[in-house]
Amino acid sequence: MKYALFLGCTIPARARNYELSARKVAEKLGIELVDIESFMCCGFPIKAGDIDSSELLSAYNLCLAQERGLDICALCSSCTSALSEVAHHLSSNERRREQINERLSAVGLEYKSSPRVRHFARILFEEVGEEEIKAHFKKDLSDLRIASHYGCHFLKPSEVHDHFDDVEDPDSLDALVALTGAEVVDYPVKKKCCGGPVLPVDENVALSVTKEKLESLRDAGADALCLVCPFCSVMYDGNQKSIESGYDTSFKLPVLYLTQILGLAMGFGRKELGLNMNVVKTKELTAKIGL
Amino acid sequence: MMGTIDLDQCDPDFVKDLAGEPGGGNISACFTCRTCVASCPISAINREFNPARIIRMALYGLKEEILKSDFIWLCSTCYACQERCPQGVSITEFMTLLKNMAIREGHAPAGIRAQLKLVKGEGRIYPIDDFDNKKRNKAGLPPLPTSCEAIKELF
Repeated sequence: MKYALFLGCTIPARARNYELSARKVAEKLGIELVDIESFMCCGFPIKAGDIDSSELLSAYNLCLAQERGLDICALCSSCTSALSEVAHHLSSNERRREQINERLSAVGLEYKSSPRVRHFARILFEEVGEEEIKAHFKKDLSDLRIASHYGCHFLKPSEVHDHFDDVEDPDSLDALVALTGAEVVDYPVKKKCCGGPVLPVDENVALSVTKEKLESLRDAGADALCLVCPFCSVMYDGNQKSIESGYDTSFKLPVLYLTQILGLAMGFGRKELGLNMNVVKTKELTAKIGL
Repeated sequence: MMGTIDLDQCDPDFVKDLAGEPGGGNISACFTCRTCVASCPISAINREFNPARIIRMALYGLKEEILKSDFIWLCSTCYACQERCPQGVSITEFMTLLKNMAIREGHAPAGIRAQLKLVKGEGRIYPIDDFDNKKRNKAGLPPLPTSCEAIKELF
């Protein structure tokens, strides 16, 4: 199994713990991830401001993988969604494809057909499969209670993600977490957005959305939150402290990437998985499994 | 938000303009069931943001009031409304269209303008510098380019 690794902007600069743990887990599972240095922003952050430029950036990145004959594995849900969406549009809109190709000719590229775009977690869920993943586990995580946050662009818009999971009752991440032996925690606002995209516009609104889920997770008694998007992590992990002080409350909820959780089950150490880089301390959590 | 509609403020061409753009074609199918409002994580916190009302305002042609508003920028693009709309209105795409139109008319929050400038200038929202590469190296991660030539050719 071989994919072009699409890191996007946030992960290499702000979420090295995610990148590190994803590379470790991929290597263990025999998934070859090819780095393409010339990848740029996926286009998602400028979709609200300039959708034409956003689509052009997505198409540029799709072309780079296509000309190497590789499908794309993205770690960020927004990157996955932006790239998939443009691939979806361009496959059915010849006029748009011609317009895009006129712009891409400036860098000597031509959009012919799209590579498949997949989030890493979807590859694990659909292509690697339970048995293969479990075959690499060394550590039992059954002393942990873990809740999943699917976020929005991992699953939606559902048609560009081929409806691979049910947006109203998703279970792909829970199924992957359950493989580790951890108890999967259900909670009332599981499907809600992290609030992240509103952060540059209205911080209070954004953090209120984030807080609602943190409260629900505390009430449900989760030991940790599992997620698959660096932007969701900015909200739940990076901003958890400011929500605690702003609203005079306490969560102390460790927020881990799925790849860190699977990596723990595979027997990797804390540092190998970048757990020292998580903002909310994870030591008490990993002490429960003897680390 | 106004209580009554001033017909002098209505632009009868607005719906036609919207219909010609992606996301703006099917808003007239809205039958105001408000499933979008009930699903919206932002409406639950800030009543200023109300997708059903924004669609209704657009259908009335209240172009200026919508495009100059602060509320259109509150959409988090979570797609909860779009996934659930029984009439198949592409509500999230419609909100993105309104934001794009607002920017074309010169109305945009500073944060959004800054993101646009950064990505179109540097090719990344967080440009990589030598210090980032040093940290990447320390973590055992491969280096990334600190500048992007292709972005200058593309824009």
